[in-house]
Amino acid sequence: MKLGLVIDLDVCVGCHACAVSCKQWNTSGTTGPLTDYQPYGEDPSGVWFNRIRHYEVGDYPHNKTINFPMSCMHCEQADCVDVCPTGASYKREEDGIVLIDQDKCMGCNYCSWACPYGARELDRESGVMKKCTLCVDRIYDENLAEIDRQPSCVITCPANARHFGDFDDPNSNVSQLTRERSGYQLMPELGYKPTNQYLPPRLTRPVPTDDVKKKSLISSIKEWTNKAIAR
Amino acid sequence: MHPALSVIFFTVASGAGYGLFILLALAHLLGLGDVDGKTLLWGGLLSLLLITAGLLSSVGHLANPKNAWRAFFRFKTSWLSREGVFAVLFYPFGFCYLLLAWLSDGAVGALTLVLGGVAVLLALITVFCTGMIYGCLKTIRQWNTSLTPTNYLLLGLASGCVVLVLVLLLTGQQADAMAGLGVALLVLAALAKGVYYFWMRTLSGPTINTATGFTRAQVRLLDAGHTAGTFLTDEFGYQAPLNQLFWMKVGVFVFGFVVPVLGLGAVLAGVGGGWFAGLAVVSVFVGVGAERWLFFAEARHVVNLYHGAQRT
Repeated sequence: MKLGLVIDLDVCVGCHACAVSCKQWNTSGTTGPLTDYQPYGEDPSGVWFNRIRHYEVGDYPHNKTINFPMSCMHCEQADCVDVCPTGASYKREEDGIVLIDQDKCMGCNYCSWACPYGARELDRESGVMKKCTLCVDRIYDENLAEIDRQPSCVITCPANARHFGDFDDPNSNVSQLTRERSGYQLMPELGYKPTNQYLPPRLTRPVPTDDVKKKSLISSIKEWTNKAIAR
Repeated sequence: MHPALSVIFFTVASGAGYGLFILLALAHLLGLGDVDGKTLLWGGLLSLLLITAGLLSSVGHLANPKNAWRAFFRFKTSWLSREGVFAVLFYPFGFCYLLLAWLSDGAVGALTLVLGGVAVLLALITVFCTGMIYGCLKTIRQWNTSLTPTNYLLLGLASGCVVLVLVLLLTGQQADAMAGLGVALLVLAALAKGVYYFWMRTLSGPTINTATGFTRAQVRLLDAGHTAGTFLTDEFGYQAPLNQLFWMKVGVFVFGFVVPVLGLGAVLAGVGGGWFAGLAVVSVFVGVGAERWLFFAEARHVVNLYHGAQRT
């Protein structure tokens, strides 16, 4: 098995719900707590396994906002595991999930240096590295209903922008989505072979503008006046 | 990359310590200079002190040092683990060699030769491993080059040689041959460092476009998604002002190479006794410290692309 995520950049609305539900599940899960530093202070910070950034692609008027969630890619060539001197970091053979044994980690940060995707964060409180577990304490839990045996972020996403499945199975939902929507990997040139795939935004028909009436002189003057006068 | 003082001290001190040991043992075993028991004792102790202080400082930057003993068990894949193994393996050989050589007052026997030879080899491998810890990272293009371990080896040997000249002078030995070797090593290290700095200006690699997959248009960060700093921005976001980088680079060449070469030149010319050798030692540590600071400060991790950097 090669478990991983597909993230649909076409429908992600950038609400950060996946990150919040990830934090909620994992802070009380096997790798928790995900410590917060000064949660009520001026500069609240803390450990997160999932972070969403927002980008502008292209130049106005042909621009688009892209909301970009990122968590561990569970790479096939996981250098973070290779560089770990203690053996705390490991990649499971049965499903490809990259995990950290909290009892073995010495907090040298070396694995985070080897990760190009910023997936690993040191918990300064406990002194050990933490990362996305693909909710390993959830996806195999037979006490949960089958539909709930998915990572917390996937279930939470209100836009259905996240999909979880087995990339080794060509007929799984994630393999089909990747095939049909030209899913791609991030920074493939580094050779980490990340498992997670990103679906690019669908092509949209441009809104025709040739039938828009030209501005009259008077409306141009009004517009200029409105801009020039400070309110 | 954030230039952590503990790691800078570790690489500078242990590099010089191993360099000092290697040259001391080679000078002794190959008869490159008059190395008697007293020189071996003081030079050897100083090298072990530098190495040990460095290694202890490297443990100091761990967030969870109680698990440090586990770091010896991933020899097969991790350069950090390899460095730890070779560093520890060096101690019995280095210590026994020094003890034996000191007890026989500098006479070279078969056992001394074997122990010393193995210790020199282990010391070289350890410094190489230190360089490879950084050199193997594909995420930091400024480090991902064979010049990285080359520079670690050359700077370790050069700074160790400058220290050895002072030790020889303080123990009343002839230091001319070692001072000559020191000048040669310093010039070589300066050339390698110069090549590295010029090479670094030609780099190209991942950009914000390949990082996000949008390769046919300009990509700009609108919002990083967090108001305060994160582990990622603290660890990888460090950026020094350009003029500081420039003056540090000047400092590397002035204090790291020019002043020590002049100091050793004074030793060769027989001027000023040990004073110029002492000046050279202080200067070379300042220079190599600045070099190590720059090594980190100029390194740009690719994760910065996700925080808005257009290229690394």
